[in-house]
Amino acid sequence: MKIKVDLDACLQHGQCVIAAPEIFSFDDDGNLQWKAAPDEALRDDAEAAADACPEQAIIVE
Amino acid sequence: MTQRQLRMPALSKRSLWSETGMTSPRIAIAGASLAGVRTAEALRAALPNARIVLVGEERHAPYNRPPLSKDAIEGLASGHPSQEQILEKLLLRSKLSPGDVDLRLGRAVVSVESGQLRLADGARVSADWIIAATGLRPRHLPQKGAEERRYVLRGFDDACRLAGRLRAGSRMAVIGGGFIGCEIASTACKLGLHVTIVEPEPQPMLHALGTRVAAAMGNLHRRRGVRLLTGRRVHSFSNGNVVLDDGEALEADVIVEALGTVPNTEWLTGTGVDLSDGVLVDDRMIAAGSSNMLAVGDIARFANLRFDATCRRVEHWCVPGQTARRAAETISALSEGRSPSGGFAPMPSFWSEQHGMRLQSFGAPALADTQTVIEGDLSQVGEAPIIVEYARRGELVAVVGLGARPNSLARHHARLDKATIQTMSA
Repeated sequence: MKIKVDLDACLQHGQCVIAAPEIFSFDDDGNLQWKAAPDEALRDDAEAAADACPEQAIIVE
Repeated sequence: MTQRQLRMPALSKRSLWSETGMTSPRIAIAGASLAGVRTAEALRAALPNARIVLVGEERHAPYNRPPLSKDAIEGLASGHPSQEQILEKLLLRSKLSPGDVDLRLGRAVVSVESGQLRLADGARVSADWIIAATGLRPRHLPQKGAEERRYVLRGFDDACRLAGRLRAGSRMAVIGGGFIGCEIASTACKLGLHVTIVEPEPQPMLHALGTRVAAAMGNLHRRRGVRLLTGRRVHSFSNGNVVLDDGEALEADVIVEALGTVPNTEWLTGTGVDLSDGVLVDDRMIAAGSSNMLAVGDIARFANLRFDATCRRVEHWCVPGQTARRAAETISALSEGRSPSGGFAPMPSFWSEQHGMRLQSFGAPALADTQTVIEGDLSQVGEAPIIVEYARRGELVAVVGLGARPNSLARHHARLDKATIQTMSA
């Protein structure tokens, strides 16, 4: 599984951090961090994060 | 699986009605916006053999609505990029592939008769399961007059019409100071219009945000140049003016009616389901009074056990996704002879953008009886980050950030999640 985030679209709503905290987080400066190739076991969380993104900035492959 | 935009015409005719069976149910979804699309996706994943028809009244492929009161209408007003490019950017990325659903756009569902959906084009759709995802439409003022300058905002076509009137220097009267009204007011200010909001309550967004935060938001609007008239109602429209209940006549080139919404449930009349405010559903999203009809999204009136047993409609962007997954679980479990898992307790969240400031809410602030500022100062709204806790009878029920940093809000969300889950088990 691969995660891509379109940072031009991302407006830092943080919905992904809540839906999939094992994949997405904010660093101390408030920048979004994510695992680009998380474990397949996290696929449901990853897809929930993509669905929850108001800017549709997350692509799960 | 690659996500793609859902724009295919009605492609799938593959043995649509030819077979029946427990795991290949025929499912008709009325409403092809966020709730309908997410339900179709969840059903496709859970029941690969289901035969899904998705019917939408709008002619556009399914798209995302929140930007319509914000950057999308700003773009539409400026003419750059083009309408087509703006719609393109709004289209929902979908996990559905062409052929996954029989998508029928540009026609409404008119009624349910003998277990079949009847569509505006005369077609009938037989279904083992019917899912109501028809959403809401804007409420209008009953008063006549000034029709040529009155606008509402719900869909892309509404946004295109209104955008054509957003010219710097024009005078806009926004009737209703809820979220949509406040967002349009903010966008219009940015575009150089002179904006007045008319709100019958003492504060804008009062029921959603409570007195203190609503008052702070009212101050933000005033400081950014909006004329905010609270405790006032529209009496009539006369000579193009908006006449208020205290006799003041507002001159307005463009009038936006932002008075809330009406559920699109007329097509369900006569089916025996409870339509007293949206569609009453149980914790499986099955409509009360029915065994095979479900409702999802803005029209579903459900109890969220995270807070209490009261059934409410919730007009947040997250609800379509949450109720869609629940409805799909229900249908897949019952189709396979299992019982759906018990309980439905999603975490609500909503956001707004006004005057360049993000308001982000988690939980149910409307249920709270007290608000406590835990970071920042409400007099600094729009200038510095603020976080407010909402409690009901001493129990945390919501956290709202005003211009707050997303990493600090995420931490509070985790605490809220724990607190409200405890409430549920208490």
